[in-house]
Amino acid sequence: MNRHIKLGFFIFFVPVILWLFLLIVLPQIDLLLMSLKFENDAGKMVWSFANYSSFFTQKVYWLTFARTAIYAIIVTFLTFVVTFPMAFYITKVVNPKYKGFLTILILMPFWVSELVRVYGWMILLRESGVINYFLLKLGITHQPIEMLYNDASMIMGLVYTSMLFMLVPILSSLDGMDDSYIEAAHDLGASKFIIFMKIVIPYAAPGIVSGSIVVFMLTLGDYLTPNLMGGKNSLWFTEQIYNQFIESFNWNQGAAFGFLLLLISSLIIWIGLKISKQNLAKALS
Amino acid sequence: MKRLVTIAVGTAILLSSSLMAGQTLRILTWKGYAPKALVDKFEKQTGIKVELTYSNNEEMIAKLRATRGGGFDLAQPSQDRISSVQAKFKIYQPMDYSKIKTSEFIPSMLAAVKKNTKVKGSSYAVPFAYGTSGLIVNKKLAPYAKDYSDLLNPMYKGKISYRLKRPTLIAMAFAKGDNPFAKYSDAKAYKKLMDGVKADLIKGKPLVKNYWANGDALLSMMRSGEVVVAMGWDGGGWKLHKENPNIDFVAPASGALGWIDTFAIPAKSKNVKAAYKWINFIMKPANAALFTNESGYGTASNGATALLSPEKKANFQRSFSKADIDNIKWYPPVPAKLEKIEGKILDLIKSE
Repeated sequence: MNRHIKLGFFIFFVPVILWLFLLIVLPQIDLLLMSLKFENDAGKMVWSFANYSSFFTQKVYWLTFARTAIYAIIVTFLTFVVTFPMAFYITKVVNPKYKGFLTILILMPFWVSELVRVYGWMILLRESGVINYFLLKLGITHQPIEMLYNDASMIMGLVYTSMLFMLVPILSSLDGMDDSYIEAAHDLGASKFIIFMKIVIPYAAPGIVSGSIVVFMLTLGDYLTPNLMGGKNSLWFTEQIYNQFIESFNWNQGAAFGFLLLLISSLIIWIGLKISKQNLAKALS
Repeated sequence: MKRLVTIAVGTAILLSSSLMAGQTLRILTWKGYAPKALVDKFEKQTGIKVELTYSNNEEMIAKLRATRGGGFDLAQPSQDRISSVQAKFKIYQPMDYSKIKTSEFIPSMLAAVKKNTKVKGSSYAVPFAYGTSGLIVNKKLAPYAKDYSDLLNPMYKGKISYRLKRPTLIAMAFAKGDNPFAKYSDAKAYKKLMDGVKADLIKGKPLVKNYWANGDALLSMMRSGEVVVAMGWDGGGWKLHKENPNIDFVAPASGALGWIDTFAIPAKSKNVKAAYKWINFIMKPANAALFTNESGYGTASNGATALLSPEKKANFQRSFSKADIDNIKWYPPVPAKLEKIEGKILDLIKSE
């Protein structure tokens, strides 16, 4: 019997270990080694931290990263602002009968790929697009307006893409909240604002934190939306990694950027958790 | 538990055997380079299944470099991007010209490709298609656009588009009256030239609508009139001309940039035989003519010219005078290290 359990354990355990080791750990080690090698002027590969130091010494690289991180924080905040009322409405205001239906309605757009959704927005917003067509027909404008290829449209696209990942954790954390807390506070004379700040937000905090982490990481690591909707000024850090690998043939620099992205974004999340006094384990449970 | 093991082993065997069954030819190519009619014909004739992966020069090199020349049986890089890449990463195998009907090729083009792809005594490619990059212009809305410098012309503010890639840098250098190809071997001078191009492109940035990344997206912006001057490939411009006579490909005054795309066999190709079969198949005059008539790009097949549709011949004559043809700047092989310089310049332009 004991032997059988061991065999069963072995059969199910080996694929997991192989998967983790061969597809995740091994390539990461390879990338790490690659990031520490640098081609000197003689064309020889030598061990060096030059790839990492160039991130800090060359303005274009760290500026791009700072820009990407700031935009990712803005997007995370906006996503929260947009989705929180939705989550509150679905869990607390609307008749519970429609809860499932409304959630499905929100989930539906996410059944198609990100690429298709981004192209959908592009069809709406472009100069010869649907919105401009109606604006011209109604006589509101006389010249079509270019609404694509700027930071505002890019942020909107990113918020739209990441809404689901904020909504679902907030939904589930609000769902577990007992309505009688709100009633009690109301009976004791608390204003709506106080109820919201002192009861609703703290209760939903773990959901907000886990949603924010996911949205922040997804936005920071996004490539498609900034590239397609942002246009000419939107150099995203992921694009810079891509450029190092593909355009410049400089895999060593690209690998170093990849690790820097991982490290710095983890650091930002750690700082965020410290400031908001939240705990990662609690948020993800 | 024993049954479980049997099932696991059984599925593993099934999976691996289904992967082995049937012959396939995996081609790493550009969009439009393997028309469906020809793929079907080839599969019917030989029984070999063709799998196509669409890519561009940079991605082709990166993909083959990652697998050290595996994963594909045949690739189609441009002729100028082979020798330095091969010398450094060894991702291709020497071409065996005895297995190819060399009489099917335009002799001068075959000789040029052989010469440009030579590394340590062996050559690595045969030509497949050629064409030029230049301007695609909406002549009704931008009647005076004649040269690359019009991509920086405030007259067309917000209606300009080009790729943020190396051909644009090269084109802008030619528009300044310089010759970037002459500076290929001198990295310092090349960098200085590119810094000048960078300044121009950054200055011209407010005029650009967007940097296009995908040929279809450019065509749709030209169709709708959102873009009136763009840098693009001749085939695309002629395609638009057929739909709207106002739009056409224009050979720029400082010279269209000529490229030749090739066939090269990756180092770990698993089906070299089928790869040669495909090369010989697609270079037959009738098949090559079908490719050109469909895609608009020129073919390196010698006998195909006579079989081209009159429309294709008219396209070429309309866009290229005798002087324009002599003025085409054919890409010489790119030496190593230039990519790093260009990559940095492109990053700086986009981040500005």
